Amino acid sequence: MANSPVAHLTRRYEFSASHRLHSNAMPEEENQRIYGKCNNPYGHGHNYHLEVTVAGPIDPTTGMVMNIVDLDAIVRTEVLVHFDHTNLNLDLACFRDTVPTSENLLLEIAGRLRHTIPGLVKLKLQETGKNFFEYRIPMSDNK
Amino acid sequence: MVFLTRQAEFAASHFYHNPALSPEENRRIFGKCNPSNGHGHNYILQVTVCGEVDPVTGMVLDLKELKEILEREVMDPMDHRFLNHEVPVFATTIPTTENLAVEIWRRLAPRITKGPMHLHQVRVYETQDLFVDYFGDEKHGQ
Repeated sequence: MANSPVAHLTRRYEFSASHRLHSNAMPEEENQRIYGKCNNPYGHGHNYHLEVTVAGPIDPTTGMVMNIVDLDAIVRTEVLVHFDHTNLNLDLACFRDTVPTSENLLLEIAGRLRHTIPGLVKLKLQETGKNFFEYRIPMSDNK
Repeated sequence: MVFLTRQAEFAASHFYHNPALSPEENRRIFGKCNPSNGHGHNYILQVTVCGEVDPVTGMVLDLKELKEILEREVMDPMDHRFLNHEVPVFATTIPTTENLAVEIWRRLAPRITKGPMHLHQVRVYETQDLFVDYFGDEKHGQ
């Protein structure tokens, strides 16, 4: 393994969820000014795409950085079953006091995956076709 | 430095099997990728070259030249082929997307080098939801 080439493997997942951007720390007008239509009272939804990248030496026995079946199982257990087809504000305790922007959603996902996926280096969350957010896992996690 | 990326698509079949493992181990590890009749994908290859812009041509490298290198080194030997049986390295190496990215890098890197210009990245999409990046000789944890 020591001399095996290092490759980066990325797998894309999809989940659908609704949210409303609203901060209790700000008055109504301020929420409307900052969040615009994302502040509409009943919320709205997205088909989120999550890209999970792991890096590591290619195991000479399997030809793999990581078995996709194992990666799928972790992402399903830690993220997808909790977030897919939910209302992020109402169904997730973590967003009771935190605004479920894509930035915060990405950080929440990072918190759930960074210690469960060996070799995790990057997460990318796509909210719509026009915007996406990336988080690089600190190197100290993979030592 | 400017990064230039060219994309190509090729269709190929493969299966995953390690003769050093028992049939049961092979089935457990490789699952539906293990049956030796194989299965196929439309692979998408993205090759990124890094270099200075030539003040005379305004190019990092001639895309026509890059296209010819990709045709000769990747498309001709791999497109509409059974990787295990028709690409010699995959007779002894499992043609996972990881190993495919490394093999493509090894074929391209020596042919894409001129002064500071060099191959930066090989990305191979096996499906829309699965891809591998290879950046050459990288130490783990780098």
